Amino acid sequence: MAESRTLTLNMGPQHPSTHGVLRVLLELDGETVVKAKPVIGYLHTGIEKTMESKLYYKALPCTDRMDYLAPMSNNLGYCLAVEKLMDIEVPDKVKWARVCLAELTRVNSHLVWLGTHALDLGAMSMLLYTFRERELILDIYEACGGQRMMTSYIRIGGLAHELPKDFEQKVRNMIKIIRERLFDYEKLLTNNPIFIGRTKGVAVISAEDAMNYCLSGPMLRGSGIKHDLRKDNPYSGYENFDFEVPIGKNGDAYDRYLLRLEEIRQSFRICEQVLDGMPEGPYRAHVPGVVLPPKEDILQKMEAMIFHFKIITEGFKAPVGSVYQAIESPKGEIGFFITGDGTNKPRRVRVRPPAFVNLACLPKLVEGCLFSDVVCAIGSIDIILGEVDR
Amino acid sequence: MLEVIIISSIKVIVVVIAVLTACAYATLLERKVLGHMQNRLGPTYAGPYALLQPIADGLKLIFKEDLVLNNIEKTTFTLAPIIAFVPALLSFAVVPFAADFEMFGYPVTGVISDLNIGILWVFAVTSLGIYGIVLAGWSSSSKYSLFGGLRSAAQMVSYEVAYGLSIIGVILIANTLSMRELVDQQANIWDWYIFKQPFGFLLFITCAVAETNRAPFDLPEAESELVAGYHTDYSSMKFSTFFIAEYANMLTVAAVATTIFFGGWQGPILPPIIWFCIKVFIFMFCYIWLRATFPRFRYDQLMNFGWKVLFPLALLNTMITAAFVMLKG
Repeated sequence: MAESRTLTLNMGPQHPSTHGVLRVLLELDGETVVKAKPVIGYLHTGIEKTMESKLYYKALPCTDRMDYLAPMSNNLGYCLAVEKLMDIEVPDKVKWARVCLAELTRVNSHLVWLGTHALDLGAMSMLLYTFRERELILDIYEACGGQRMMTSYIRIGGLAHELPKDFEQKVRNMIKIIRERLFDYEKLLTNNPIFIGRTKGVAVISAEDAMNYCLSGPMLRGSGIKHDLRKDNPYSGYENFDFEVPIGKNGDAYDRYLLRLEEIRQSFRICEQVLDGMPEGPYRAHVPGVVLPPKEDILQKMEAMIFHFKIITEGFKAPVGSVYQAIESPKGEIGFFITGDGTNKPRRVRVRPPAFVNLACLPKLVEGCLFSDVVCAIGSIDIILGEVDR
Repeated sequence: MLEVIIISSIKVIVVVIAVLTACAYATLLERKVLGHMQNRLGPTYAGPYALLQPIADGLKLIFKEDLVLNNIEKTTFTLAPIIAFVPALLSFAVVPFAADFEMFGYPVTGVISDLNIGILWVFAVTSLGIYGIVLAGWSSSSKYSLFGGLRSAAQMVSYEVAYGLSIIGVILIANTLSMRELVDQQANIWDWYIFKQPFGFLLFITCAVAETNRAPFDLPEAESELVAGYHTDYSSMKFSTFFIAEYANMLTVAAVATTIFFGGWQGPILPPIIWFCIKVFIFMFCYIWLRATFPRFRYDQLMNFGWKVLFPLALLNTMITAAFVMLKG
């Protein structure tokens, strides 16, 4: 019989667990997935193109809107790329503060991931618990830059403002609370036979396949490959900090879950090291004409005011040339490729989004598995559609 | 004769109203308990402690537009919620909710109908409710509904056997199928069948959760996979009928578990009906507790669990009990 016995199911773009507007075309035989095809582009907003039409410093808020759960990481990636292009060296204090903020962002992103992933598997309470914890981190963001999600706090050449006075106390307090609560999460999930049954051996990707698909972040490390840009290609002073890069063994959803929990703990270690040895210094590099002068100076000094006015109105001119700067975002390697052409706007901005590249392996993860595993696999990849579609 | 009819009718009306009200307030209980377990408040707006919330919800659902999509099997689509709902109410006919009492000089039994095969009736009728879900899935145009219906059918097949076997132990010891006699046998707290059949109770409650499609066995309506499962296409009162059916089923199971394992309305000091309600309430609470704690099973794991774990255990339990009963004589 040539008659087709499979059923085509259109999962998304409006579906509760596709984490936004991902659409997956599934071909099902009973509940078994025969073929899966992710269809993306429903959230395409042309962010890269928008950035090309803006002044360098005005393009920064666009980066927040790509991975809206890890705004600081994106800010950091973009700022590092522009700083590389402009050859700006930022003060040590800025580097350390950025490391701390980037790690807070990692915790933030992983907490949301944990909550939504558990919700996908039916453990609905986790979502509310992790969001409660995330609130502490958002409070810190708010104290820093005034924004809770689209922070734009890390700026080209430094930070937007001085760190708040109670920054250290707030971060330490947050670390103390979340560290304890991580044990509660483990009690709820790690040894839960249903959770293990749902995640162990599900959405498996071998080390070789992971390399071939060019995966990065927890997706790659879950398969046992120790690759972390913070260690392998340190930026922003990561070489000064002592932390482990956890890796998984089986490359399944359960390993990635354990790995992300461990990453949260390692992030806390880094944050504590930052707080213990935060150097004194200015919160912005002193590069006249490129980086805004401190606010106090603007009211006192003539040059400072002129530079401030000029930067705000016409930006700064970047030299001709191309740079690529990649950092380890919570989801993997996020890279910014920027080409300057001597004007005050970038000629080309291209982002290498980790979620987009990681999503490509979805068919590999789910084909031959059951329908419920698709949900688990999507959650386990930790996609964020803002970044996939840009 | 006439007084029997009148008394029975009054009892039926009272029980139906009580069950429906309990269903409505079970939704509030669920939202409140779940809320507090999850570090939120749950509903707070309608009345003190949101006590008017179920009424508000009910009114809202009644006034919603009843969407009827084009590609559905209209008759079955309309019948399905009713098929799901009616059996849940029917099983209350044999659940004894109070001791015998006198009303206006007439003796009244604390059960609508003291059927001598009461337990069998409950089990027969509750499994009928699944047809409502299967038919709803089948008659809807949505593929998600179809999956929900299919899953429900598979789930029923895997759990019905173990469900039935789990209480055979009690029946063997009690030597009766009448719910009323079961309660009478459990006058003393140490005579409660939970102590004689603890294993049977665990099996029963596990299967019962699966039977009522509640977390962690809520596959037919797994919202993260199947959107809303079998009732994706339903709206307005048809949807709420499914909703009430689900809660009525939970109440049924809670009432049956109370009657079989926890001595029904038996208890000191407080009036029987209060004891009955307290015990049912505890079961409802456990249901919600389960939902707040556990992730959901996967389809194949659920079938495995039913056939390879629960079924043999239930069989074993039955055989051991039977051997004991035979040896004792």
